[in-house]
Amino acid sequence: MTQGEFLDVVMPFKDKLYRLAKRLLVSREEAEDATQEVLLKLWNKNSDMGEYRNIEAFAMTMTKNFCLDKLKSKHASNLKLVHSNYAEAGGGLQQQVEALDSLSWVERIMEELPEQQKLVMQLRDVEEYDFEEIATLLNMKPNTVRVSLSRARKAVREKLLEKHNYGIG
Amino acid sequence: MASDKIKILIDKYFEAETTSVEEKELSAYFKSGDVSQELESYKPLFQYLNEAKKEQFTGSVPLKPRKFNYRWLSVAAVAVLAFGIYFGKNYQEQREAEFAYNETKRALQLLAQNLDRGNQKVAYLNEFEKTKQKIYKHN
Repeated sequence: MTQGEFLDVVMPFKDKLYRLAKRLLVSREEAEDATQEVLLKLWNKNSDMGEYRNIEAFAMTMTKNFCLDKLKSKHASNLKLVHSNYAEAGGGLQQQVEALDSLSWVERIMEELPEQQKLVMQLRDVEEYDFEEIATLLNMKPNTVRVSLSRARKAVREKLLEKHNYGIG
Repeated sequence: MASDKIKILIDKYFEAETTSVEEKELSAYFKSGDVSQELESYKPLFQYLNEAKKEQFTGSVPLKPRKFNYRWLSVAAVAVLAFGIYFGKNYQEQREAEFAYNETKRALQLLAQNLDRGNQKVAYLNEFEKTKQKIYKHN
């Protein structure tokens, strides 16, 4: 597979990889790095890529694993990504305005979900995969996917209604 | 009522029992400006999900050329060298043959020229001989 052909294969789903990475890693730069890393790994595997029937699914799984590993090593070295992001939340006016914005509020809520639920909700509600596909990607049973998705959605709803009732939004 | 149907779909949505088609319907409903008051609180969620679909990877894809295999390079080099020597030798032989041919041709031409000149002289001698014979006959 030449470089051009590889790009043709990869281009349609590179945004999906990026969005998945961003969902897990939160930071834009880290998500971009992760996406590049995954694409490079894929390129280096290029010669046996024909063996994978579904390159997109394979790349998604790679991205998931890569990001989870990254998060794990972060926790191990006591660098807490999520909290570093909140550190300045009370700071500038810009951030306060942003925090009031209801869309980024939903994003914050999703950041707080457990990783599994984040993944399931991202794959279903953003990328619109069906349950079978998600089950394969995450190596879960379709039924577990459903349960996890329902939990994630309900958790988001709960936080959202809390906020709505306070009348902040 | 449209919003009644949406309410049912919302309940199904949170139980994760909606189909993809139904979820698209929900998304479309919240995208339209016309959202019923009681469903207003769900609007940010679906709006956000819609926005999240649009996010794009803006980084570059810097593909390093795959690691070069030097073993194959050496094989290729040997092949090129062998061809070079083979054809180079052929070419040189051809050049040599051409050179020899040209030299021979030149030598033969020189010979022919000289022979021609000799012939002319002989012709002259013939003339002399004829005249001599004439004189002999007259006498």
